[in-house]
Amino acid sequence: MLGRIRSLAVSQEKIVLLIAVVLFVGFSVFLKGFLSSGNLVTLVRGVAILGILGVGMAIVVIGRGIDLTIVAIYAMSAAWTLQLASLGVSIPAALALGFLLALAAGVINGVLIAYLEIPALFCTLGMASLVYGFVHYALVPLQVVYLPASLNAISWIGGGFVFGAPTPILFFALISFLGFVFLRFTKPGRFIYAIGDNVLAARISGAPVRPIIVLQYGLSASIAYLAGMITATAVSSMNTNVTNSSLVADVILVVVLGGVGLSGGRGGVRNVIVGTLLIGILLNGMTIMNIEYTLQNVIRSLILLAAIVIDSIVNPRDEQTAQQGDI
Amino acid sequence: MRKTVVATAFGLALAGITAHAVADGIDDPRRADYFKTFEGKTIAFVPVSMGIDLTEGWAAVMRSQADRLGMKLEVRDAHFSADAGAQAITSLISEKPDVIVVHNPDVQSYAKLLKRAEEAGIHVIQINMRSNYNSDVYVGADWIGIGEAEAQGVIDKCGAGTSGKVAVLQGQPTSGSDSGMMKGVENALAKHPEIKLVANVAGEWDATKAQSVISTVIQQNPDLCGVIGFWDVMDLGAAAAIKESGKPIVLVTSGGGEQMACDNVSKGVFEKEIAYQVMDQGRDLNDMITTVLESGLPAGKLKAVVYSPQLIISKDTLRPGLCWSASALKK
Repeated sequence: MLGRIRSLAVSQEKIVLLIAVVLFVGFSVFLKGFLSSGNLVTLVRGVAILGILGVGMAIVVIGRGIDLTIVAIYAMSAAWTLQLASLGVSIPAALALGFLLALAAGVINGVLIAYLEIPALFCTLGMASLVYGFVHYALVPLQVVYLPASLNAISWIGGGFVFGAPTPILFFALISFLGFVFLRFTKPGRFIYAIGDNVLAARISGAPVRPIIVLQYGLSASIAYLAGMITATAVSSMNTNVTNSSLVADVILVVVLGGVGLSGGRGGVRNVIVGTLLIGILLNGMTIMNIEYTLQNVIRSLILLAAIVIDSIVNPRDEQTAQQGDI
Repeated sequence: MRKTVVATAFGLALAGITAHAVADGIDDPRRADYFKTFEGKTIAFVPVSMGIDLTEGWAAVMRSQADRLGMKLEVRDAHFSADAGAQAITSLISEKPDVIVVHNPDVQSYAKLLKRAEEAGIHVIQINMRSNYNSDVYVGADWIGIGEAEAQGVIDKCGAGTSGKVAVLQGQPTSGSDSGMMKGVENALAKHPEIKLVANVAGEWDATKAQSVISTVIQQNPDLCGVIGFWDVMDLGAAAAIKESGKPIVLVTSGGGEQMACDNVSKGVFEKEIAYQVMDQGRDLNDMITTVLESGLPAGKLKAVVYSPQLIISKDTLRPGLCWSASALKK
């Protein structure tokens, strides 16, 4: 049965990869300038934040959880850092406090889910509102916070170049690499797969299930904070209203699309990269073709639906493959 | 001698008149009525969301008048949800405030409700984002005029000797403000065939998305000359893309004239901002609130439009105090 699940995971990833390759080749042939190195950098740059958040989400989803708080943490902790800095707090202190806010939200999520056994879906949904509401009420009164001049010293985080590549791409690469190493080669990483596959079996085998769950949400919150600071420094502002946008759905989409099953225990960072690149190729190609915004949304949804339909035809669900608690 | 007497008499008379004027002020017969008209009245404000510079600015100006005249200002925050806004208006219709000031998320969502509110006798004033239903008053930006002015700003810089290629960065093409600005851009470009509109993209009011789409547009058109952005907060993303490309691309934007706009014009990030002055719009709102209440007309009869004058923020017009600060209002 394990072998069946593993082959299924590969298939979904392969289908999405195939669609991505077809689109890539098609755009390369028919769209002037698509294949230029400059445009390819732009393409990845455009989805780097989505990819980074995707890695954070994947770490949770593989352990059979879900983190709907990730975008709230991403926006609000970075916004607070900007707010603190504009009030005259020093750069290290502002960064540390923003990070602690993010980490606190993540750890509270983890504790509520692991020890109080609240379903992750409800817990993180509630926490997203709480983080957004609390930060607006007590810490950051306005929706949009601008990067104060005092933070120019760290504007390289999102707006710099290293060897000609924009820093957000490098951060995406770094987080992907670290995520890959963590999930594949460390003990907690392997435990996450075990918990995602069968939490009771993992516990009986001696895996520290509850601390690992707290660790997962702590990690995703930390990654969210990094992504937030990259965005804030790249566009010199943080619009906290992104919390109310469909970004969290997009993050889940790149994770699931690439083949990380919502039922846990399957997939890895590679799947997130494949899913992210498909979205990146689509968005970039449609922008080059100057397709109208509303139509872009329709095309994007159709292609994503097609990927899911093809997958369910090639790998039909039955009592063997379906797990209890599938979303 | 006679002269002295006359002069003295004249002087005394003059002093007498003056003394009389000092002693008895002249009452303004309309004053008491004026204050009585407003005492205890209720104004409800339904913004798309509080916490953004525009709505915080309007609310602050309306609140100061309400406090001065003994009226009550109630803010029902729709918080970027058309549903929540519609619910707020529905419950207001039964609560019967005297005036509803509404900031529409789009032209459709509240149209029927606003009609119902006026039928129930509540004056409806729409601010900046209008609805398909024309209520008592529209106060706000002349979007078509702003679009024309923005396009002109880019046309001035992208004439002979440049590629003449420009891109438009919209927020959400279905919104009332964007369709107006786009019409204005089309009007202006129609007179300048040398300017080519090479891309018309949307950034969903989000700086990150704007950054991504404008990067792609620049990749595709390396000789791009100008970008016309539809909202300064989002256009910071376009500015980041331009900076990253290292090219001298002109960026003209529009917005509420908040301090951020002045900062970015002085840094050269924005070539120009065509602004609608939020503080002045607040003043217009106040005047129209008092007008509908004083007029004694039934709700839905007035049908007035008050377009906000454009303020052009550029290196030429920049001076201290030109912009206003949203964070100062919060203190």
